[in-house]
Amino acid sequence: MSEVLIRLDNIWKTYTPGEPAAVRNLYLEVMRGEVLVLVGPSGCGKSTTLRLINRLIEPTNGKIFLDDEDVTSINASDLRRRIGYVIQQVGLFPHKTIAENIATVPKLLGWKKDEIEARVDEMLELVSMDPATFKHRFPKELSGGQAQRVGVARALAANPDVLLMDEPFGAIDPITRDKLQNEFLRLQQDLKKTIVFVTHDIDEAIKMGDRIAILRDGSEIAQIDTPENILTDPADEFVESFLGSGAILKGLTLKKVRDIELQMVTTLKAPVLRDQALKTISDNNDSFALLLDADDQPLRWLDERALNRTNQPIEKSGRPIAVQLQPEDTLQDALSSMLQSSVGMSVVVDRQGKYLGCCTIESLAKLLVHESPTK
Amino acid sequence: MTLVNKTTKPQFSYAGNLNLIVTPVFAFLLTLLAVAVWNYSVFDQTTESILQPTLLRTQLWQTIVIGIASSLIVIAVAVPLGITITRRGWPRLKNFLVDTLGLAQALPAYGLIVIFYTFLGTGMRTVIYALALFSLLPVLRNTIVGLEQVDKSVIDAGRGMGYTNLQVLLKIELPLAVPIIIAGIRTAVVINVGMAALAFLVGAGGLGETINSGLKLNRPTAIFIGASMVAILALVLDFLGALAEKYLKPKGI
Repeated sequence: MSEVLIRLDNIWKTYTPGEPAAVRNLYLEVMRGEVLVLVGPSGCGKSTTLRLINRLIEPTNGKIFLDDEDVTSINASDLRRRIGYVIQQVGLFPHKTIAENIATVPKLLGWKKDEIEARVDEMLELVSMDPATFKHRFPKELSGGQAQRVGVARALAANPDVLLMDEPFGAIDPITRDKLQNEFLRLQQDLKKTIVFVTHDIDEAIKMGDRIAILRDGSEIAQIDTPENILTDPADEFVESFLGSGAILKGLTLKKVRDIELQMVTTLKAPVLRDQALKTISDNNDSFALLLDADDQPLRWLDERALNRTNQPIEKSGRPIAVQLQPEDTLQDALSSMLQSSVGMSVVVDRQGKYLGCCTIESLAKLLVHESPTK
Repeated sequence: MTLVNKTTKPQFSYAGNLNLIVTPVFAFLLTLLAVAVWNYSVFDQTTESILQPTLLRTQLWQTIVIGIASSLIVIAVAVPLGITITRRGWPRLKNFLVDTLGLAQALPAYGLIVIFYTFLGTGMRTVIYALALFSLLPVLRNTIVGLEQVDKSVIDAGRGMGYTNLQVLLKIELPLAVPIIIAGIRTAVVINVGMAALAFLVGAGGLGETINSGLKLNRPTAIFIGASMVAILALVLDFLGALAEKYLKPKGI
């Protein structure tokens, strides 16, 4: 896992002699199987850095290593055929069918016809598109989201180890983007490609990246680390300002409910009598309790006042539970469910819906404070 | 000149398909009219000697040869030239050529033919070269425009996946530029056939002979027959060009 697959070794890129360099002495390592996100403000050179890897931009100085092989001066077209390439505008060939588009690199590599055909079908299925429906269509007949699926399928067709993605979801509407990001993350879990991903959107970077490199002018790396570490320990003011004021909130998407120490509250098992319920609550010095059914599945929040006020059956008094959390949910989900909850805490259940414990604002804050290093 | 304006803003689907209907209808009507004039007007002896069928056939053939030959030269020169100067690093040469050829087109074709005559003397060759120069611009400009309008991201994707520069040209840029290049060629063919009527000036024959004789001897019937034959020929070739444009255009664009 910690094996270096791509290494940019002290790269310089100067467009016009005398002008300041676009890339200054960049050293970057990408590990095998990781998603490294390059993020930074416009014009910081993140796209340039990406395009240096497949030498669409030739470095003025320095060396590029792929799998310990110096690829700085091998044939650039041969190099690019070994590396998948996805761009924001997709760039499907408008005069070729979807199948022909996906077949591009296998064809360049001289695969056999039946191999290519099988691969095209496989790739379309991989990106959740029906081969029979889409194979013979032309790019103009696709929506933006479908086009980028094909873009990804085309980049993966020759099974490259490395995938370069330049703002691949940048031109797609937010709902489809979110869907594609999730699908892509799921794909990556199986494929384990080495991916360099460029974006200007820090939230996308946090979501997609195993590691994030935050770049400033001249492709200088301000910080390179896991999203967690960057959020909790930004290297300097530039990184801090780039993360924005909501850094802690952003960090909530990285942590799961299972990371929290759950609190146990008073529980009552249905069926239970009203007096019994009131007694249990007061015995525990509490003001409310959680009513569970026979299978330990949470039913309602019961509090003393509700129990005293009404003559309704106990199963109908108190308040319903708005949202239940599962251990796999993010802390962001947890926070939002707590804010909706009538008692300021949310119920955590396991997959079968059985009560595990409760999650409170205090336990959430404790986790975050505990994580942040003291300054 | 409407012909030139057409090349600066090429239109495809709608105008192209309309062309496929309007042009043949127009050519057919003009043919009917010419046949009617031929059959129902009374020819005097002079008219009859101008409009000898064997003479007309030779002149028609000469017009076709001049029109086609000059167009072929145009294609052979302008398309490779357009490709060359759109490769990276030639922007100045491109501007220079387009401006110079714009000048060549601003000269009357008449003048151009005369200039060529002073160097090459009489004969078909003179007219063919003069017309080739005259109609070079539409094809060159459409080749440049056609190649430059190809979406840069498509080229970037192609290079990024490992196409060599030659493969990018042959498999991406040229196929995508074909409709615009053909539109330019159509314009050139129509110009060349039309201007081939001036070939008689340097003794290269063509239907211009008939028109000229009709003018000199004041025989409107002869003028009409000669002129309509040139027009019909131009329309037919333009129609063939429209067909080529429709069927050579890659699917999907």
